[in-house]
Amino acid sequence: MSRNGSLALIFHTVFVIFMVAPIVVVCLVAFTPEGYLSLPTNGFSLRWFRTIADYPEFINAFWVSLWIGAVSSVIALLFAVPAALAIARHQFRGREALSALFLSPLMIPHVVLGIAFLRFFTQTGLSGTFVALLISHVIVVFPFALRLTLAAATGMDRSVEMAAVSLGANSWTLFRRVTLPLILPGVVSGWALAFIQSFDEVTMTVFLAAPGIETLPVRMFLYIQDNIDPLVTSVSASVIVITMLALILLDRFYGLERVLAGHSDRGR
Amino acid sequence: MSFLELNGVCKRFGDHVAVEDINLSVTKGEFISLLGPSGCGKTTTLQMIAGFVDPSAGAICLNGRDLGSVKPSKRGLGIVFQSYALFPHMTAAENIAFGLEMRGVPRAERELRVRDALVMVGLDGYADRHPRRMSGGQQQRVALARALVIKPDVLLLDEPLSNLDAKLREDMQIELRQIQRSIGTTTVLVTHDQTEAMALSDRIVVMSKGRIEQIGTPHETYEKPASAFVSQFLGKTNEFPGEVDRHAASPRLVAGSCHWPAPAGVTGPVTVTVRPEKVGFGGETHNGLKARITNRIFQGNHWLFQCETECGPAIVVRQNTGEAQPTEGENVRLVWRAEDMGVRPRGAGR
Amino acid sequence: MSTSVSMASVRQPAAPAPSKQERSGARAPWPLLLPALLLFIAVVVVPLAMTVLLSFHNWGQYTGIQFVITLKNWQEIWSDPYFYEMFARTFRIAGLATIIAAVFGAPEAYILNRMRAPWKGFFLLIILGPLLISVVARTLGWALLFGGNNGLVNKALMTIGLIDAPIPFMFTETGVVIALAHVMMPFMVLSVWAALQRVDPQIENAALSLGAGPMTIMRRIILPQIMPGVLSGGIIVFALSASAFATPSIIGGRRLKVAATLAYDEFLNTLNWPLGAAVAVLLLVALVLIIVGSNALIERRYSEVFR
Ligand SMILES: Nc1ncnc2c1ncn2[C@@H]1O[C@H](COP(=O)(O)OP(=O)(O)OP(=O)(O)O)[C@@H](O)[C@H]1O
Ligand SMILES: [Mg+2]
Repeated sequence: MSRNGSLALIFHTVFVIFMVAPIVVVCLVAFTPEGYLSLPTNGFSLRWFRTIADYPEFINAFWVSLWIGAVSSVIALLFAVPAALAIARHQFRGREALSALFLSPLMIPHVVLGIAFLRFFTQTGLSGTFVALLISHVIVVFPFALRLTLAAATGMDRSVEMAAVSLGANSWTLFRRVTLPLILPGVVSGWALAFIQSFDEVTMTVFLAAPGIETLPVRMFLYIQDNIDPLVTSVSASVIVITMLALILLDRFYGLERVLAGHSDRGR
Repeated sequence: MSFLELNGVCKRFGDHVAVEDINLSVTKGEFISLLGPSGCGKTTTLQMIAGFVDPSAGAICLNGRDLGSVKPSKRGLGIVFQSYALFPHMTAAENIAFGLEMRGVPRAERELRVRDALVMVGLDGYADRHPRRMSGGQQQRVALARALVIKPDVLLLDEPLSNLDAKLREDMQIELRQIQRSIGTTTVLVTHDQTEAMALSDRIVVMSKGRIEQIGTPHETYEKPASAFVSQFLGKTNEFPGEVDRHAASPRLVAGSCHWPAPAGVTGPVTVTVRPEKVGFGGETHNGLKARITNRIFQGNHWLFQCETECGPAIVVRQNTGEAQPTEGENVRLVWRAEDMGVRPRGAGR
Repeated sequence: MSTSVSMASVRQPAAPAPSKQERSGARAPWPLLLPALLLFIAVVVVPLAMTVLLSFHNWGQYTGIQFVITLKNWQEIWSDPYFYEMFARTFRIAGLATIIAAVFGAPEAYILNRMRAPWKGFFLLIILGPLLISVVARTLGWALLFGGNNGLVNKALMTIGLIDAPIPFMFTETGVVIALAHVMMPFMVLSVWAALQRVDPQIENAALSLGAGPMTIMRRIILPQIMPGVLSGGIIVFALSASAFATPSIIGGRRLKVAATLAYDEFLNTLNWPLGAAVAVLLLVALVLIIVGSNALIERRYSEVFR
């Protein structure tokens, strides 16, 4: 199957087991028929998945996560696409500084962002609101929206746009008919990556969450702080399955490598 | 009266001068080429005409109107880019129709004109193809049709053929020339290929380091190069050091062991130039440069000789007419007609 | 802690410079930039400045935050060995997690890169996929695996005879380090993988043809070329581990505090915001210094490889 020696394959096997073990364990325990944490040795049961329905705070948190993720990614793109085009297309003083600023949420530990936002929103009277949560997520996902759009815009042949202009297109037509369609794959994957970031964010969100407006990872985290029971494993298993499905779709349509390349910022 | 005019156009990037003091006037219907080595400022000049680069100084006029304040989208020029710059998300027909759409041409007329344009470039039947699924030559034709369908005042071509293979390039040259003749659009072509420039243009503008070296018909620029640069850039040239002696009984031009009547207007040390195909072989008694043949290369329709002359190396090209040719190592005399020879003061010409 | 942060952006310029056919001009295209710039000034710069200011405010059990400027919090962090201990633990955990990720992640990336078509993609998905799964779910997995003294890991290790007595993983640094290494591993694999993509696949054959053995090829040819990937991956992993929150909080419990969890405590339990802000600002400053410093070092050392 490969050009690797047997030693390498043993290493690989152990490595893969290490990587998947915690995920598999969560999924297995979720199917336990028992009332306590255990592997489902006496048959599989869906009882803990059914129990989720009795805890509306999980369902509610799931919807909040979905909304925050979808909307904050769109808002981030509304700001990021023009900025990416400006940075990709123009040479101006302060260009480097500006892109460093726009990427800074990657550099700043999320715990610091959480504290800063908590302080900021408390002072401005927005603390504990949906709007505060939304704005903070826009900032956190902004670098991902920016990077993937930027990559698409820089990879684009400029003369295509010049051709459109020479044929008489004005700025808006140019953007709508030529530029946007050409950078669309980057924009869409930027949205997808931003969504996933927002959906997974916990460190910053935990500072801003309030009863009723907390995201799913925050609800799970706070629940685990109190106690670990099969319920939280079944919730986690659901999240894992949903993520896996999204991952496979993304891989099919866009290529996981490209998305992840944006993820870890390795643009070169 | 000139149709497109460039007056003292300059472009500086920082302190790098890309284009310096270009003066050029193109008449209506003319096919003109900007020819020069890489980096000499051809594209920059073209982009200034198109409006994508603002000149640092000078003015560009089209049909008597200063283009300085006209936006690129309002100039009404047709441009074919080196990369073709087709819209990858649109079909061939949609690409061609784009410019008409921008001009608000009604759908019915648009379809008609797109169909005509496709026929003109020999692509009927390819209307619904996307550029990615077309060959280089086909894409090139779509780009040409897209630029021509808007009936531009001027057609600007930036190395449109450089991505094609040699055979296709020749075919497209002929086609391009035919199309341009038949619709009579004023055309500016950028190229670094001298044969392409010669084959297509009414006049050639030879550029070097941002400046114009010479403007003339293909024949003029080849036969009467204005500078050393032009003569070297347009085909191969032999150069020998010589001397114009006005003190002798009759003024004469001496190079090595041969001499000719002195040409007018020059004196002192000179450079003698002669094209390889104008050089012939003569016997010991002829008035010619002493030379020994170091290499004889057969190239199908002609022979190429590398020689070591008394005045330095030289090359000679002879048609393959079937006659016997000198062999390697043979001592010969290189002879040419006085009128085929160029003479310029030594050190002159850049 | 969140998986989203990544630090490599420090190294590279934002994007290649625009093409030369640019309508060049030194004036920035403000209409395009202004919305994002204003957003960032309002919601990033201002809050961060407020946080720095907050760290200089006073706080009292009954008075709450007092709007005076004082060095009290900073003096407390400076003089109280508790904070020294906590920061040392934070960076020790981050350093160990980084080393584990490098030692196992780099060879794995190499092995992955040598695999053939369907397997390569499949295992890449398996190994990088967890990056996108909620860090809470992944950490929960480790909590289940460690699960007290008779957790699954201990049972497995004792069955194969590697250990005699169970090792405590829960609420220990060991456990936090292992779980963090797992959470961060994809970043390291990805980083080394990216470096490997730049290596000419024929280069090993070239070395072989010159008579080099496998060990020599590894040491002299491959390692030097992937080292920049390992190092920049290391920076990412270190920075993320040092600011990790969820994993140390769940595995480490309430007693084993690191910088992020301590700041959280000060903010949401003790309510001593100024002190929490000071801890957070210190963490930020330390990380920025470490990242910028090591980036500069790597850049200098490997400038020719990066070019
Ligand atoms: N935006 C720019 N910034 C700085 N220098 C530039 C820019 N555009 C062009 N130049 C410089 O100006 C000179 C002329 O460039 P130009 O593109 O016009 O050359 P060219 O004759 O078209 O060459 P080629 O045949 O290679 O296309 C070059 O030295 C180039 O490096
Ligand atoms: Mg050019």
